[in-house]
Amino acid sequence: MKLHEYQAKELLARYGVPVPEAYVASSAAEAVEAAGRLGGRVVVKAQVHAGGRGKAGGVKVASDAAEAGTIAGSLIGTTLVTAQTGPSGAPVDKVLVEQTVDIERELYFSVITDGGLRRPVIIVSSAGGMEIEEVARETPERVLTEPIDPAVGLQPFQGRRLAEALELPAGAVRPFVALAEACYKAFMDNDASMIEINPLVLTKDGRLLALDAKLTLDDDALFRHADALALRDTGQEDALEVEASEAGIAYVKLDGNVGCMVNGAGLAMATMDIVKSAGAEPANFLDVGGGANEEKISTAILLMLSDPSVERVLVNIFGGILRCDIAARGIVDAYGKADRQPALVVRMLGTNADEGKQVLSDSGLAIELVDTLRDAAEAIAR
Amino acid sequence: MSILVDGNTRLLIQGITGREGSFHAERCAAYGTALVAGVTPGKGGELFGGSVPVFNSVRAAVDETGANVALIFVPPPFAADAIMESADAGVPLVVCITEGVPVRDSTFVMRYLEGKGTRLIGPNCPGLISPGSKAKIGIMPGDIHTPGKVGVVSRSGTLTYEAVDQLTKAGIGQSTCVGIGGDPVSGTTFVDVLELFNDDPETEAIVLIGEIGGTKEQQAAAYIKEHVRKPVASLIVGQTAPPGRRMGHAGAVITGEAALASAKVAALQDAGCHIIPTPADIGSTVAAMLAR
Repeated sequence: MKLHEYQAKELLARYGVPVPEAYVASSAAEAVEAAGRLGGRVVVKAQVHAGGRGKAGGVKVASDAAEAGTIAGSLIGTTLVTAQTGPSGAPVDKVLVEQTVDIERELYFSVITDGGLRRPVIIVSSAGGMEIEEVARETPERVLTEPIDPAVGLQPFQGRRLAEALELPAGAVRPFVALAEACYKAFMDNDASMIEINPLVLTKDGRLLALDAKLTLDDDALFRHADALALRDTGQEDALEVEASEAGIAYVKLDGNVGCMVNGAGLAMATMDIVKSAGAEPANFLDVGGGANEEKISTAILLMLSDPSVERVLVNIFGGILRCDIAARGIVDAYGKADRQPALVVRMLGTNADEGKQVLSDSGLAIELVDTLRDAAEAIAR
Repeated sequence: MSILVDGNTRLLIQGITGREGSFHAERCAAYGTALVAGVTPGKGGELFGGSVPVFNSVRAAVDETGANVALIFVPPPFAADAIMESADAGVPLVVCITEGVPVRDSTFVMRYLEGKGTRLIGPNCPGLISPGSKAKIGIMPGDIHTPGKVGVVSRSGTLTYEAVDQLTKAGIGQSTCVGIGGDPVSGTTFVDVLELFNDDPETEAIVLIGEIGGTKEQQAAAYIKEHVRKPVASLIVGQTAPPGRRMGHAGAVITGEAALASAKVAALQDAGCHIIPTPADIGSTVAAMLAR
C-alpha cells in the first residue's frame, strides 16, 4: 500500500526525521492560506502515488501566496500523467504547500528489504535527486548498501559509515545517524516495504532535510496496522483493482484486449506470456487464488468483463485445490449474468477437468475448449 | 532417486485440524507419505483421521513420533511462530505453505534459523514431492507426477504443475519437484536446490522455472555456470508484466532492470541453460535437451 508524500512525511516526522515545514491543501483557498503561513517563496506539489511529478508539471515554485493559490487551483481536480502513472494518469485531490529550502547538496537515502540478503538494508548515494537504478548502473561506486541485522537493529557505527561515504561535514554526522535510526525504526514498526527519501538535502546552513519521501507498506502486514488503512487513497488506484483486492483477487489492468483468468500467479504470468507469443496482448493479470469457489470465479470473470477493452477471454485453470467443475460453474454463472459475452477460450487440466468440460459443453455457451497451452495460444490469436 | 524427502520421511503437519491442513493431510497420506503426527495447540490428545495423533507442541510430536519433516498450514499471523517452533524442536526440514506472511516476520525467521540445523522451504510455496518414493509434502496434485530422473525447481505453484504435466505427458519422469515459493524473503533458494540436484546421483537433468522480480535467477545462473555439470532447462515467466506492479506473488514486482524477465533469461542463457521459449514448450524443450 502506497502513501502520499505528505502522509509519509508526517509519519517520518513523528519518528524525528527532519522535514521542511509544509501544509496540505485541498483547494486554491487553502493553498493561499498555507503559503501565507509559510511566507515568501513556496513549492506546490501535487499529491499522487507516482514519481516523475517534477517533469510532468506537478511540482511548481510560487513566489507568493496568490501565485501558490493559482498553481494549486490549476493542479487540484486534474489528472497528472507522469512517466510512472501510465497514460491514464493519477487524480490530484491535494497539494502539499512547502517552504523552499536553500540546497547545498542532494543525497539519496532508502530502507528496503533485500531478498537476497534476507534482511533490511539502508542504501545511500551522494547522487540525490536521480533514479537510484540509473545511478547504480552508471556510477555504482556512488551507491553504498548497509545490511542491518534485524536481531539488534541499526548500530551507530553503521550510520557513521554511511555518513562518511556521503562525505557529510562533521556537524551533520550525528544528525544523519539519528535520521538513519529513525527511518529504520519507522520501517520496522510500520512493516514498511520501502522508505525512500530522494532527495535528502543538506541545506546551505548545514541541516539535513527530507525534501521528498515515498513510503510503501507491506500489504501482508496490514492486519496488524488497522490505523494505516485510514491512509489508503483508493482514488489513486484503478477502480477495478480496488474492487478485486476487496474480493481477494489479484488483478492488474494491462493495455491489451485479451482478458485472462487463471488460478495461480505464476501460471497467470505464463498465460499472459502465451497470449503475447501468439501475437495478441493481455488485457489484465488475474490470479483468482488457490482456494476459490464458484462465487469467486464468477466475481472474477464479471470483474474482468467490466473492463471495456476486453474483446476475447482466455481462462486457464490447473485444478489442484480448485476443482475444475467448480470453476466451470463459476464461468457459466458469470456469462449468464454479464451484459456481453466476448469469445471464450477455456483450457482446463487437473482435478475434475472432465467434469468441468462437461459443465461447459452442457451450458450452451459458445466456448472453445482446448487441451494445451499451445492450443490456447492459437485459439486466442485467431 | 530424490532429494530432501524420500521413503524415510516422517511427516508432521502444523495446523492439521484446520480446513486446509486437514484436506491436504489426507491427500499427502493417500499419496503414500508417512503422516505420523499433527500439531494444533489446545487439541493435543485428539486423533486425526482416526489414527494420526495430534499434539499441543512440535517438541512433543517429535519426541513421540520421530517426525523429521514439518508441513505448515497455519494462518499468516502465526506462521513465523510455527516455523521457529519446529526449528526449536530440531526438525531438519520445515515446509511453510502459508501465503501472506509479512516480510518482516520472514526476516526475523531467517535470522532465527541461522546456525540451527533446520532448512526452511517457503513460505508461500506448494511444497515438494519425490514421486519415486511416494513422498508428497505439499499441496500439488499427486497424480500428474511420475518417477524419473529430472529435478524440477520453481518459484511458482500451478505453473510447476503445468511444467510437471508437460514433462509427464512427454514421457519424462521426475526425481523431486521443489516449489521454493514466491515471497521476497524465503528459506531455500534456487542455488540450494541446484546444489542438491547436482549432487544427487539419480537426478540427470534439471528444470528451473523463474519469474520477474528480485535477482534469485541471476544467483542461480552464476551457480549453474560455475558448478552444475548436468543439463539445465529454464523458463522465466512475466515477459509481459509492467514495471512496478505486483503480479500476485509478493516477490513478483519489476523494481529495476535485473528484475526484468529479459535480464534473467540473458543470465541463464549465458550460464549455458537451455532456454524454454514459451510456457507451452516445457516438455518439448526438455525432451530435446535429454536427446542430445
